[in-house]
Amino acid sequence: MSVSVEELHSGHGFGANPSPRIVMMGLRRGGKSSICQVMFHNMQPLDTLYIESTTAPTTSVFSSFIDFAVMELPGQINFTEAMIDAERIFSSCGALIYVIDSQDEYINALANLHSIIIHAVNANPTINIEVFIHKVDGLSEDFRLDAQRDITQRVTDELLDDGLVNVSISFHLTSIFDHSIYEAFSRVVQKLIPQLATLENLLNVLCQHSGIDKAFLFDIGSKIFVATDSSPLDIPTYEICTDFIDITVDMNNLYAVDRRPPKTGSRTDTNANGNNGTTITTTTTTTTTTTTTTTPTTTTANNNTTNRPEPPVPQGRPIGSTSRLSNGVILYLQQMVKGLALVCLMRKESMPKIALVEYNIEFFRDALEQLWLIG
Amino acid sequence: MAGARRKLLLMGRSGSGKSSMRSIIFSNYSAFDTRRLGATIDVEHSHLRFLGNMTLNLWDCGGQDAYMDHYFSTQRDNIFRMVEALIFVFDVESKELRKDIETFVLCLRNLYEFSPSSKIFALVHKMDLVILEKRQDVYRALMKSLEDTSAMFSFQVQGFATTIWDESLYKAWSSIVCSLIPNVALFQKHLQTFADISEADEVILFEKTTFLVISHVTNPRSPGFRSDSTRFEKISNIIKQYKQSCSKLRAQFQSLSIRGTDSTSYLDTMTSNTMIMVIMSHKPDIRGSSNLPGGNDINGDGDESLADEAENNIILANIKIARKMFEKIEMMNPDDR
Repeated sequence: MSVSVEELHSGHGFGANPSPRIVMMGLRRGGKSSICQVMFHNMQPLDTLYIESTTAPTTSVFSSFIDFAVMELPGQINFTEAMIDAERIFSSCGALIYVIDSQDEYINALANLHSIIIHAVNANPTINIEVFIHKVDGLSEDFRLDAQRDITQRVTDELLDDGLVNVSISFHLTSIFDHSIYEAFSRVVQKLIPQLATLENLLNVLCQHSGIDKAFLFDIGSKIFVATDSSPLDIPTYEICTDFIDITVDMNNLYAVDRRPPKTGSRTDTNANGNNGTTITTTTTTTTTTTTTTTPTTTTANNNTTNRPEPPVPQGRPIGSTSRLSNGVILYLQQMVKGLALVCLMRKESMPKIALVEYNIEFFRDALEQLWLIG
Repeated sequence: MAGARRKLLLMGRSGSGKSSMRSIIFSNYSAFDTRRLGATIDVEHSHLRFLGNMTLNLWDCGGQDAYMDHYFSTQRDNIFRMVEALIFVFDVESKELRKDIETFVLCLRNLYEFSPSSKIFALVHKMDLVILEKRQDVYRALMKSLEDTSAMFSFQVQGFATTIWDESLYKAWSSIVCSLIPNVALFQKHLQTFADISEADEVILFEKTTFLVISHVTNPRSPGFRSDSTRFEKISNIIKQYKQSCSKLRAQFQSLSIRGTDSTSYLDTMTSNTMIMVIMSHKPDIRGSSNLPGGNDINGDGDESLADEAENNIILANIKIARKMFEKIEMMNPDDR
């Protein structure tokens, strides 16, 4: 699962055309735009019903801890026509996400997926293929596992038939109505971060020496986690950490001094009726794609959201929060560099030594800063 | 000591949202969960202890015509006697607004006869279905006719525009319930004292289960960034959601402290029925000149985190001391002032 050198270099394009690192494909009405809107533009899942069909390739550039571009190709495109461009796209990206609507007949999707995999692997042998078995909120537990088993079986069989054995492919059950989409996306992104092993190591060391049970490094805007320590991960813990980030950011926004420079062009408001992303993405055809969003602020319920304009406004002190739960667990959040946040779970017995924990976390923060200066 | 019992009538057309509101505020449903609620059969009674000395007796009256006819004929006595407050819900999308207003008038007439001192609240509900620009007008238009009709019976109606999809629901219900608390002025007075002593920018007192705002105090000398007048209900909404997430881990949160960019908020248990939130803004000039023994100060933040710790402990200590006073207020006989 190594990342090729070209990808590392191409990924650092802060300039006008950062190459897409992740491309999202799938048949139409599969859920690709909904996923992008919910994850990166803070749309409420229920509002995604109003999104129009995507007609042209759309790219969201996401600059926080990592230069991140998600390119969404519309499902209607008969991509064999656009094959030359597709090759260029595949060779410069690290992962291909294919979205399958699990509530629909997926035989066509699998055939489409198969031909795409062939082209992608030809263009870029190290590309990670990630299959999102999407819209599983409508299926029962047994059905989900059945669907996953079935799809996995079929896809791997077809690849074997064609003699493609070294394809890195994984399957995820996802839904925008719960946290599974965030978790799946976290795993996809983690495979693309060259610094992953270092981060995990740092977190392990931090946890061992500070009495922390579990630590995550989250990206605040999208709530995907970049790294975690080696202790076992369970989903309720992940969920409560994402909720904790939400409330910290919301409460901070309620009482924060408005430091934004007066009215720039890119201010966007989402009201309770959920304006879909017409103001955010601008699209052109195929190759030269340009859009921007920046690190959005998170919201709960249908509050107003505002996107901070680029470049990031100088903030005050780093944000942090602590919460004591009745079962003896303490949730602890500290803002880190580059839109990241460290979220830890500790036992209440560690509270008297909190000053030491904070001291250790400062070292961790310094390590992160160094990592991104060099990397 | 007999607690105050407050009978609340929740009335409105069938499907207007009465049971949904009730389940969100009092039964911890999320807005999404309310779609599984069915029609209410006749009257549903809920008894809710609210603070130590008050029981809310909520009569959720099913709005279907058959039931409504009964309310105004055979069950008149039963329904309209000893009512403290009428909460009438208007569905903003209703096609028969005239009929809704007539029902409202019927209620007023009966209340005038059986409980002339009751308070009247009108909720203009499902406002999320109206376009943003039109909301103010729709609300004002309806309220005008309601105010006129209420005046006929010398009632003062108080109106709210609400929707289950944002925090406006909390604002409405906080106001309704607070108007029924027997000694709310006493809470306000002591909360003010607490705020003054702690030099806090803002202090808010919440009821523990529903997270409705009982009382709040703002320091007028705090910096002028308190521009969001809807922040109280937003906080209710935010914390309620956090409560629901914690319950997924089969735990409840006991305290929460958030060190933001410009201020720090502390949320802690006050009494067994209330929680208090104290917001202190950061005062950089004081911190900058501190001479605390920082020792090995890696990044110059040492002074600040020590001062943080001190502030944290002071607030917690203050809350502990104030606890006894607030417990006494809660248990007070509602007739004392």
